[in-house]
Amino acid sequence: MKRDIKTNKFVIKFANVNGTGSASANSLFSKAIFRMGIPISPKNIFPSNIQGLPTWYEVRVNENGFLGRRGGIDIMVCLNPQSMERDVAELQPGGYFIYDSSKPIDKILLRNDIDFIGVPFMEHCREAYKDARHRQLFRNVMYVGSLAALLDIELDVLKGLIGEQFKGKEKLIAPNVKALQMGYDVAKKLHECPLAFRLSRRDKVGNRILVDGNSACGLGAVYGGATVAGWYPITPSTSVIDSFAKYCRKLRVDPETGEKNFAIVQAEDELAAIGMVIGASWNGARAFTATSGPGLSLMNEFLGLAYFAEIPSVLVNVQRAGPSTGMPTRTQQSDVLYSAYASHGDTKHICLYPSTPKECFEFTATALDLAEHFQTPVLVLSDLDLGMNEHMSEPLEWDDERTYDRGKVFTADDLETMEEPFGRYLDIDADGIPYRTLPGAHPTKGAYFTRGTSKDEYATYTEDGKKYVDNMERLQRKWETARHNVPKPDIRTTGKPCNVGVIYYGTSEASTLEALHHLDRLHGISLDSLGIKAFPFSDEVEDFIEQHEYVFVVEQNRDAQMRTLLINEFEFTPHKLISLLHYDGSPITARFIRHIIRDNILQTATAPRTRRSSRK
Amino acid sequence: MSYSVPGFRHPNLPQNELGYTTKDYEGRVSTLCAGCGHDSISAAIIDACFEMSIPPHRVAKLSGIGCSSKTPTYFLGNSHGFNSVHGRMPAVATGANMANRNLLYIGVSGDGDTASIGMGQFVHVVRRNVNMIYICENNGVYGLTKGQDSATTDIGSVSKKGEPNALEPIDLCSVALQLGATFVANSFSGDKSQLVPIIQAAIAHKGFAFINVISPCVTFNNSPNSTKSYDYIRQHMASSNAVDFVPPEEEITTDYAPGTSEVVTMHDGSVIHLQKLDEKHDLHSRRSALTLINDYKAEGKVLTGLLFVDLDSQEIHETMNTTATPLRNLTETELCPGSEQLEKINEILR
Repeated sequence: MKRDIKTNKFVIKFANVNGTGSASANSLFSKAIFRMGIPISPKNIFPSNIQGLPTWYEVRVNENGFLGRRGGIDIMVCLNPQSMERDVAELQPGGYFIYDSSKPIDKILLRNDIDFIGVPFMEHCREAYKDARHRQLFRNVMYVGSLAALLDIELDVLKGLIGEQFKGKEKLIAPNVKALQMGYDVAKKLHECPLAFRLSRRDKVGNRILVDGNSACGLGAVYGGATVAGWYPITPSTSVIDSFAKYCRKLRVDPETGEKNFAIVQAEDELAAIGMVIGASWNGARAFTATSGPGLSLMNEFLGLAYFAEIPSVLVNVQRAGPSTGMPTRTQQSDVLYSAYASHGDTKHICLYPSTPKECFEFTATALDLAEHFQTPVLVLSDLDLGMNEHMSEPLEWDDERTYDRGKVFTADDLETMEEPFGRYLDIDADGIPYRTLPGAHPTKGAYFTRGTSKDEYATYTEDGKKYVDNMERLQRKWETARHNVPKPDIRTTGKPCNVGVIYYGTSEASTLEALHHLDRLHGISLDSLGIKAFPFSDEVEDFIEQHEYVFVVEQNRDAQMRTLLINEFEFTPHKLISLLHYDGSPITARFIRHIIRDNILQTATAPRTRRSSRK
Repeated sequence: MSYSVPGFRHPNLPQNELGYTTKDYEGRVSTLCAGCGHDSISAAIIDACFEMSIPPHRVAKLSGIGCSSKTPTYFLGNSHGFNSVHGRMPAVATGANMANRNLLYIGVSGDGDTASIGMGQFVHVVRRNVNMIYICENNGVYGLTKGQDSATTDIGSVSKKGEPNALEPIDLCSVALQLGATFVANSFSGDKSQLVPIIQAAIAHKGFAFINVISPCVTFNNSPNSTKSYDYIRQHMASSNAVDFVPPEEEITTDYAPGTSEVVTMHDGSVIHLQKLDEKHDLHSRRSALTLINDYKAEGKVLTGLLFVDLDSQEIHETMNTTATPLRNLTETELCPGSEQLEKINEILR
């Protein structure tokens, strides 16, 4: 096959069996490319299972720094006979199918528009290692070695990474390097190296880091001053707490006494998890939990209490595909509406929508500030793609001048010098935000009773309808205040006359921005864009919609939830918003977005636009 | 409606060591039915805290939902209170305790709130040995929703509804004992002389102190054939021991016949003086307590008294090795690792 050489621009996918130790080999592969100064974006596509089922790892290599999913596969590294048929089928024409040729491939699978590259990994491992487990593990390292030859990965970089990985267990370095070299040599001997898709060192990474969103959220909670975490394990949020625990153990333990400046309680369920957060926050600590859809459902009642009784609480919701148990290991942005209006009665909650690990870090810390400032729940809506995959991110930053916003809390001194009696729900500053006191503050002043039932300004139980309405309206004033204090949207204008806009949020950002870039370059379609970062929506969101004739809303759910939220919160005609929806559980691709917008815009001259022209 | 209590009191009300009178430990006027057992429990809490000179503001009161859970409004008006959601007081109390280990936490719940909707949380707060007092005001009936049987209603017991209960009751003291509760007592709202010292001992205990208090519901479950009526309990109550609480600085003055009494020194140095009413009972044996409860039940009697104390109790903060400073008092200085540390973390991620 005649081929053009493509350097540093391709998508490679690994087909593995889960529970075989392939994850660390795959991450070795990615990290090596990253260390060669080439931007990458790896994605795990894994089953809800511990051992034996197919699992994939897709890596996009792109020296231009486009890091969303592109769509299409150029190289398939297949180490799982179970999935071989679909893996062959998934390759784009002109692709390479790299497989373990210890057994001959079934002729029926062969395609003549791709090249098959067989390397007998297992055969070599069987000769080199006696132990069955070693054969399995070193086969993983061996295929990385072969890829080093086939794609031109620098061997020294790989060896350096192995050295780092086994720091403290130096005995393991030599056998791993041996397997790596064996893979390299075998591929060199059998095939012409490198392939047309290849790598070459660049300086396109700069000081950026490779980190998953959940680690960044956990670290954000540490920097943001969270001391109490109540949680219940649920995929894909568990590693938020793992990260919080890891960094707390490292950074929050007294080296002499071993005493901890944090408390992490694994609860009996999500009801208890959020209950603990509310109890701790009521008592003045910064507390948070992390969960996903089903857990959020269980936390529903408590969220209403926190809203109505005005108790700060932070919840990181790492969304996965629902409804019900849905696809626990696949990504979606499908808790948008539910998070915004969680619980019975008139409730609404501040939501933040991070797009990158850096925003995961910042928004988690910010959420702790906002929660205490507004005395209300704040939900950080990440998703599985952002949370559990490594992303190339700007380095995390912290301003040492930054102080925690502990909100309006009367201290013992304040209570002592006050002339008027303390009223927990008085709107003293006319911004809807009342002052609170913490238990134990003062021997005789400032005690009040917190409850989910209606109350007057002095926290006294009442069923007086007027008092109830007064309180609900103050909560509405507080909401208005919040609207001006949450993170602003990211607006990008083309500078050209432009009557069409695109709205996106969360992990649709990278693919959307790439699609817009290519729409401009390839099709001459330039569109303004707005990335929503928070709910309640600030004025800029409304203005953006008003200023455009129509606006695409890119989402990863079936029901166009953000579109619904926008329509519900604003007065414009719903026809202005055209949904662009992707919800099969895989991260949305740039190609998908580009094609839909292109087709939609180019057909406008002849056919009317439909509101949901956009099913995949 | 919560009515205010009139401010006037007898000018010579006795003061405790802190100079407070019982008035400083009262709450608002109860809105429960006249004669409700729960009001007697509130009164016992007031007496216990007054006598022990607990600074009222150093107490946090927490509850779930139900008649029992309304009561924290009716005692300790100078303490912060939190009436949370049905069956979830344990989680809120656990979180509150995590934030500040230095307050005294009194959780109030009922049999519906604990043994039905809150059973999941109850068993886990016991297991965790959260340092708190958990009082279950147990009347065997749902009051606020007008008289349904609860999970603690005895087989054959008949409430105002008139139908005998057919289902096996949950014995909360036994459950607590089996799950490792470090302090378990059973009492009766109508026996203040027993209940007050038990609450005081619970306050002195370090760790999770469970007090089940049978507290008749005069409106829905005080019928002739109810096993949680005043008459029934008075006729069938038996005590494992008589408890006398002696604060650290006071001397024991009562004399008992040799072999019939036991002195137990609590974690805070206070002393409980027990007069043994059943010589088979070993206060420090979980098995003895469980056996005794069953033995009395077989005889149709309700065993009350202090049933079990573990003096080696290690509360959750000790297990977790949390700092002695309340977590809520920590500031940026202790909590935020700073930009230099963050750059080191960035470097690891490159």
